[in-house]
Amino acid sequence: MSAAATRTHRPAATPRRSPRRLIATGLRYTLLILVLLFAVFPFLWTLAIALTDKTAGTSIYNFPASLFPTRVTLHNFAEVYRTFGLGRYIWNSVAITGMSVVGTLVISALAAYPLARFRFPGRTLIFSVIVLTLVLPTETNFLVNTLTLQKLHLLGTHVGVVLPTVAGAFGIFLMRQAFLAVPAALLEAARLDGASELTILTRIMLPLTRPSLAALGIFTVVTTWNAYFWPMLVLSGAPDRVPLSVAVLKLKGQFNYDPFNIAAGSLIMMLPVLLLFLAAQRLFMRGLDGGVK
Amino acid sequence: MRFSWRDTLMSYAFLAPALLLLLAFTFYPLAYGTYLGFTEYTGARFARGLGPQWVGLRNFRTLLADPLFLTSLGNSVKYLLVVPALQLASLAVAVLVSRELPGMAFFRAAYYVPVVTSISLAAVMWEWVYNREGTLNWVLSALHLLPRGEAFGWLNNESTAFLAVMLVTFWRGFGYYMVLYLAGLQNIPAELEEAARLDGATPWQRFWQVTVPLMRPTILLCTLLSTIAALRVLEEVLVLTGGGPLNSTYTSLMYVYSKAFQGFNFDYGLASAAGLVVAVVALGLALVNFRLFGDARGEQS
Repeated sequence: MSAAATRTHRPAATPRRSPRRLIATGLRYTLLILVLLFAVFPFLWTLAIALTDKTAGTSIYNFPASLFPTRVTLHNFAEVYRTFGLGRYIWNSVAITGMSVVGTLVISALAAYPLARFRFPGRTLIFSVIVLTLVLPTETNFLVNTLTLQKLHLLGTHVGVVLPTVAGAFGIFLMRQAFLAVPAALLEAARLDGASELTILTRIMLPLTRPSLAALGIFTVVTTWNAYFWPMLVLSGAPDRVPLSVAVLKLKGQFNYDPFNIAAGSLIMMLPVLLLFLAAQRLFMRGLDGGVK
Repeated sequence: MRFSWRDTLMSYAFLAPALLLLLAFTFYPLAYGTYLGFTEYTGARFARGLGPQWVGLRNFRTLLADPLFLTSLGNSVKYLLVVPALQLASLAVAVLVSRELPGMAFFRAAYYVPVVTSISLAAVMWEWVYNREGTLNWVLSALHLLPRGEAFGWLNNESTAFLAVMLVTFWRGFGYYMVLYLAGLQNIPAELEEAARLDGATPWQRFWQVTVPLMRPTILLCTLLSTIAALRVLEEVLVLTGGGPLNSTYTSLMYVYSKAFQGFNFDYGLASAAGLVVAVVALGLALVNFRLFGDARGEQS
């Protein structure tokens, strides 16, 4: 299409296929792809390294060949799993994450129910205190919390990692919002039937707020699975109990000469989170944790 | 207002686990940590089973005389000047992906992946990128931006390590701010854009004269969120450089952490005092955030 031809069509309010528009769209996609490379290149390279057959004697720094492995193998995954005993760390991650999810859901739901549904003396105060935790300067909490865990003989245990993290304003808010949306008539009916509050919570409220529970669960899985600093600190005296997120960096220390194994181990760690993210993309992209963090 | 006993008892029973945990692991450490900042509580005292001893402002005087602490404060200030500015790039990215064109959902999701990536993975992957023989040097020399033979390890170099660490912080955060900006962009009435277009405004003019002014609340919100996050940076530094080389990436929280847990002669008192200094600054920033931009926050949710 020539420029002259477009000019004659100019009166149309939206010059849909003008060269300028095409260039703009092309430019937009070029920029998008550049940003895409920035965002995902480290992952792609790690994947390439993990899939490379290291017996071929290639260096990971042999560009651009190392970005496109010719001899692909899954051997590195098996090797890192076996020689490093990765199964143990996977189990640790699963245990810590599982406890965190259950703990967060139970504690948030329990706390949110009265805050959403009952009037009682001190409610406003308690609610403000929970809001306050969002802005508290918690810079030295990790220090005192390790001392507390030591006194409780929980330092070096999974429970010690989980306990300080399960009562959070985010979970309580989320569940409170969900409970507020349940019609009051349902609760009245159940109460007339003589149901206890715990029954109402577990039989009516929780089933009706399943999407919120799922959202809270997914967010908790991702943050707990990825957490590094706090588990590293609590489990620094118990190297056998550390989760994958901590073990991966130990892996790097021990196998510094073997980036293929490190890459494979890293991908094993990332897979669950990536799958969860792909499944629940919308949830994350809604910026649900927007003003919270 | 009359309250029923039954409801009140039940409410407190349900709230008890959450309140106990918050008390034990959020409010108590805050109070006790503040107290520790005014005490001597070192490894030596700890080993002998002695508790903290009140020493008034001594820790704070020690801090002000410690060049390492002053360096760490300076680095934190650098961090919170650079990273929030970098974060503005997320607005540009949000504008890029805001148009409903084919493939946009894919780009948005891909840009968010670093946000859900663990810092340990980021450390593993970025060290290969920053390595002397790594991708960054390869790309730069391919583009003739780096003379051949001048390749260096970005994380081992005093003058570049800080930027390299900041870039990882930015990488892990830009998708998050992009989502906040996208939400803001969707609140801009389409008629305004259309009106500007009909008035003959170029895309560039529309961006600066329509989008940016209307996005001001979101821009301020994101800038403040990233400022507070920048002040609290610890993990990136810990896993990428450990504060080095030559303390060039040593941030305030790194100081708190290493005084409390690294080396043989740990010092909870001094670490708590340093934490208090950071906390007061963070609280100041948070207060500014809430007082000035409470409205913007409300619009977001």
